[in-house]
Amino acid sequence: MSESHKELDLLRQKFVGQRVGPYYAWNKVSRTQVWQWCAAMGETNPNYLQKSDAVAPPTMLQSWTFRDVHGNYAPDSTDKNTYEVLGELDSLGYVGSVAVSYDQSYHRYLKEGDHVHSFSTIKDISDLKSTGLGEGCFVTEFAEYFDHDDQLCGDATITYLKYKPQQSSKTNRSETAPLKKVGRISPVENHDSKHFWQGLRDGKLLIQECSECQTKRHPPQPMCETCQSLEWQTIESNCFGTIYSYTAIHYPEIPPFDYPNVIVLVDLDEGVRIAAQLEGTQPEKIEIGDRVQAHIKEVQDGLALPIFKVTAK
Amino acid sequence: MKLSQASIGQDLPQLDIDITARLIVSGAIASQDFEDVHHDKAAANAKGTPDIFMNILTTNGLVGRYLSDWAGPDSIIKRIKLKLGVPNFPGDTMVLTGTVTAIENQTVEISFKGKNGLGNHVVGTAFIEPKVELND
Repeated sequence: MSESHKELDLLRQKFVGQRVGPYYAWNKVSRTQVWQWCAAMGETNPNYLQKSDAVAPPTMLQSWTFRDVHGNYAPDSTDKNTYEVLGELDSLGYVGSVAVSYDQSYHRYLKEGDHVHSFSTIKDISDLKSTGLGEGCFVTEFAEYFDHDDQLCGDATITYLKYKPQQSSKTNRSETAPLKKVGRISPVENHDSKHFWQGLRDGKLLIQECSECQTKRHPPQPMCETCQSLEWQTIESNCFGTIYSYTAIHYPEIPPFDYPNVIVLVDLDEGVRIAAQLEGTQPEKIEIGDRVQAHIKEVQDGLALPIFKVTAK
Repeated sequence: MKLSQASIGQDLPQLDIDITARLIVSGAIASQDFEDVHHDKAAANAKGTPDIFMNILTTNGLVGRYLSDWAGPDSIIKRIKLKLGVPNFPGDTMVLTGTVTAIENQTVEISFKGKNGLGNHVVGTAFIEPKVELND
């Protein structure tokens, strides 16, 4: 067993399964705190903002019994720190901390004047995992929230990732770089295909036609497969066609695409077949043989693509 | 919203949220979350991220707002289950979308997603009950 496995096993023995608390809220549920929350979130629900008897947004649940800005719990709280396990992971080098999932049930909405306390149980500490942020482990906490009459008003299962930050060159670069949105991979444009991509940028879907035998072809290629001529010209498609086949990608969701991402093979009326995206129709509504029309759309700087829509069944 | 108006497959209107440092910091403070990565850029850099990023409670609050904007102020959010993906950094926009995926007894199940320029920030499921009025 490796050293890190032993360390995590020790943490499991020490922390998992212990229900600790109570942790008291510093203050009763107040209109001021609710108002501050609503102002930050852009929340306009009048029930949260009324002058008296305001109810609190249920999504505030976890915040009521948090520590103050200095990390102190409210008076009368247990002196056991539910987050001690996170501190111990810090000392093992897993100093990064992000919440990764949240499952909350709200049994009743809290009202102005409610005084909340909570109990917390560490449910699980995972084995070491490789993640995009670095190597680390997942810590799962179960928290229960009670009102001053000891009635359960909500509970939450929260999973955190504790990780060793990667000191890669990638991280260092990104410190200074502005936020860069993920774009589509640009196609390779060479002597044989540039006319097609430039045509799209000019708002035209161009099809190659052999100058010798007039056979049309797509995708772009240097030689006619019928008569082997290297001479060609282009004609502009009217962008109408019929679905020959299609597929819908559901998972994994990769930016910048929207999902489900429908890719169609379309037999253009000019007689060639083209692969492209289809928008505006859910996959289960698409049928082979549907009539479609392409619109040329600039999907990002310097890249225009034909995007199809169903026009008739 | 009246339960009778909800139907399976119905889309919630899209909500675009500009991610600003102001939103991240005010959301962190409103949710009593003083972890440095939500207000201190240098600390966030030291932990391997390019900027401060939104805390989970702010994401949760925005999802709650999105749901109650659609379902109406008197509806009751019973449960929110969510997973976080890529972070919400300043300068980005998060686009919230949702679909009604089930209606059982009095509960409407909504599948929601918040997508930013890096991918999916949040994906989850919520369960809402419309408030039953005495005169219904």
